[in-house]
Amino acid sequence: MAVINAIMGTLTAYVLVRYEFPGKSLLNAIVDLPLAIPTLVTGVMLVVLYGPQSFIGGWLKDQTDWRIIFAPPGIILALLFVNFPFVVRAVQPVLQSLDLESEEAAATLGAGSATIFWRVTLPALWLPIASGALLSFARAIGEFGAIVIVAGNIPLRSQTAAVYVFGEVESANRQGASAMSIVMLSLAFAMVLLVDWLRKRGRKDAEE
Amino acid sequence: MTTIAQPTTEVNALTPRPESIRSVSVWRRRLLIGVVVAYAALLILAPLTALVSGAFAKGIGASFTALRDPAVFSAFRLTLFIALITVVIHALLGTTLAWVLVRYRFRGKWLLNGVIDLPFAVSPVVVGYMLLLLFGRTGVLAPVLEALNMKVAFAVPGMVLATLFVTLPFMAREVMPVLESFGVEQEHAAAILGASGWQTFWMVTFPALRWGFIYGVILTFARALGEFGAVLVVGGGIQGRTETLTLFIYRALDERQYVGAYSAALVLGLLSLVLVVGTELLRKREK
Repeated sequence: MAVINAIMGTLTAYVLVRYEFPGKSLLNAIVDLPLAIPTLVTGVMLVVLYGPQSFIGGWLKDQTDWRIIFAPPGIILALLFVNFPFVVRAVQPVLQSLDLESEEAAATLGAGSATIFWRVTLPALWLPIASGALLSFARAIGEFGAIVIVAGNIPLRSQTAAVYVFGEVESANRQGASAMSIVMLSLAFAMVLLVDWLRKRGRKDAEE
Repeated sequence: MTTIAQPTTEVNALTPRPESIRSVSVWRRRLLIGVVVAYAALLILAPLTALVSGAFAKGIGASFTALRDPAVFSAFRLTLFIALITVVIHALLGTTLAWVLVRYRFRGKWLLNGVIDLPFAVSPVVVGYMLLLLFGRTGVLAPVLEALNMKVAFAVPGMVLATLFVTLPFMAREVMPVLESFGVEQEHAAAILGASGWQTFWMVTFPALRWGFIYGVILTFARALGEFGAVLVVGGGIQGRTETLTLFIYRALDERQYVGAYSAALVLGLLSLVLVVGTELLRKREK
């Protein structure tokens, strides 16, 4: 999920910053939608669209063994939805402040646009991409509302860490809930500090 | 980019002609825009449309009847109540927190800075569970609560605490950058001119912070409306007593009352959407 999000998020930021096209401000607004919509509602939306009663879900069930809801693809879709803004909003301002000069210099020296992207533009963006992807990864680990709706609660098949903790709390199993909670809490804390550090480094790079 | 390059004849033999570069870049441009727009439409817009059609699948009348259910009404009231308390507390506390973090230097500041962001990353279920460990029937603070005859877990106070925890970062993160860019010169000038601390804050600092403050309040409110995991674990979702709108949706889905669940989800989603998008528009106009 974090990998897809990093790639598509960077691409979205690139398109939003570098190109002009009709509907651009609409796309810009859509990026922020997942921040406004409660994650539980996101889960409900995905069930309506892909669930067994829906057109797509029903068709998939008839034609193939594939399932989206109550299975990992649904979880991935939910996480992609919920975390869409994070990489985009991390990369966008940095890309905006990036001078076109070095890219133009590379073009003058005869570099093709693929070379320019990989060797000039991307290296300048890796810090925000990393911090955005890491933040979305951290949130993905803890996400509950969207997943519990989309995934159901099937042990060993569609149970994520947060759903597991919920199950243990419900069945009054303190040990299991506490152990997993401590792991998740330390992971979250470590990642938050790392994201903070990456951002600070990015700011320092920008000042130099 | 191609117009800048003035290739010598030597280089010209190696690089493609400018026209072909241009046509390639036009197609790449179209391809990239197409990919991104398709991705956003499939990922975000398709589910949104599906929810709207799902809520009205049995007609608008059925949706309204489902929403007139007293359970929905009491859930909505509780949601608003919790969100309002959260906003009031965080408007004061979050602004103070931002102030302290921007204006003062002290030991452990980096840690406090990290702790503020923690609710962004930690699972709401874990938040709820931690509160249960503190305030639950066998919790650490259980004797104190019993002596005071107070109920926190499986009651509204616990749910307010959970919501406060989850919404902690929004206020501070909106106000901090404004406070940073504002600087202290104007405050110093006001102080030199004889303004008291309060006067300086209300007449100089706060007007500058206004938009960060309003945006923080709206985000906090929207997030509080939509909180689910933490409130579910600590509140238990007892119908009519600790059931917020999100918990109602969860129960309705479980009981296969699809129209009610979808309609309530639509109302909740639209409400948050209008709040956040509306503020964004207001802020843009102000600029």
